[in-house]
Amino acid sequence: MRGESSEQVLNGQKIFEELFIIEGGNFNKAGEVASRIKVILKNMGIPDELVRRAALVAYESEINIVSYAKQGYMKLTVNPDLIMIESIDEGEGIVDIELAMQEGYSTANDRIREMGFGAGMGLCNIKNYSDYFDLRSKIGKGTYLKMIIESQQKNPKTE
Amino acid sequence: MELSSIINALSLRVVSGKDNLSNAVTGGYVGDLLSDVMGNGKSGDLWITRQVHQNIVAVASLKDLAGIVLVNNCEPAEDTIQKGVKEGIPIMISEMPGFDVAGKVYNLIKKDHHE
Repeated sequence: MRGESSEQVLNGQKIFEELFIIEGGNFNKAGEVASRIKVILKNMGIPDELVRRAALVAYESEINIVSYAKQGYMKLTVNPDLIMIESIDEGEGIVDIELAMQEGYSTANDRIREMGFGAGMGLCNIKNYSDYFDLRSKIGKGTYLKMIIESQQKNPKTE
Repeated sequence: MELSSIINALSLRVVSGKDNLSNAVTGGYVGDLLSDVMGNGKSGDLWITRQVHQNIVAVASLKDLAGIVLVNNCEPAEDTIQKGVKEGIPIMISEMPGFDVAGKVYNLIKKDHHE
């Protein structure tokens, strides 16, 4: 699940990057990448509240990849200003993004729902817990999600 | 209040996370939808649920929950116990239904706050 990690300095700013691979359909491993991201951020000394928010958005996007795609990637970028998590999958894509963003709307099958997933809350959680998020999707190609959590909170969100 | 006090008061059976029974329980959350717990649960909450598959451990771990109580004497899947042991997440089993567990835990926490 773990790819390459790198640390570099750009314009005097230290930037950490790591890429993770996520296996679609494997619910036994679902959540492992989010857990890994949480440990990395915690070890960096990032405040608990920000770590938990980042872990949540990572978890929800990981579950989306496991539920709906054959394979996907997640990229974690950390610099002094922000935590950025990008998820890219090779899935079916989202037909109607506006509808997908509606709380309670889900295309999950019974198997997914029986486990307590697919309640149509994942994207709402991501939106609520990130300071900035962008969702792009192409039918038959896949979905791209970008989630940013700022280190200096302009609009403090409750945990 | 300490998780171990709740375990004793409710006669819960502990199946994993035995080293972390001194976890502080600051509240509780009841739910079987994982995203609901992810979105609305708070760190330090005791999670009361009917879900027994291993993904509950990841949710509890990511949210820093105090532990998981399975209701109605539901046995967790074997890989759930293994994951709970590995992650140090206390998983406990109650013979009571969720409503009764929640009521008792609520009263214990409330009483503890007043003392």
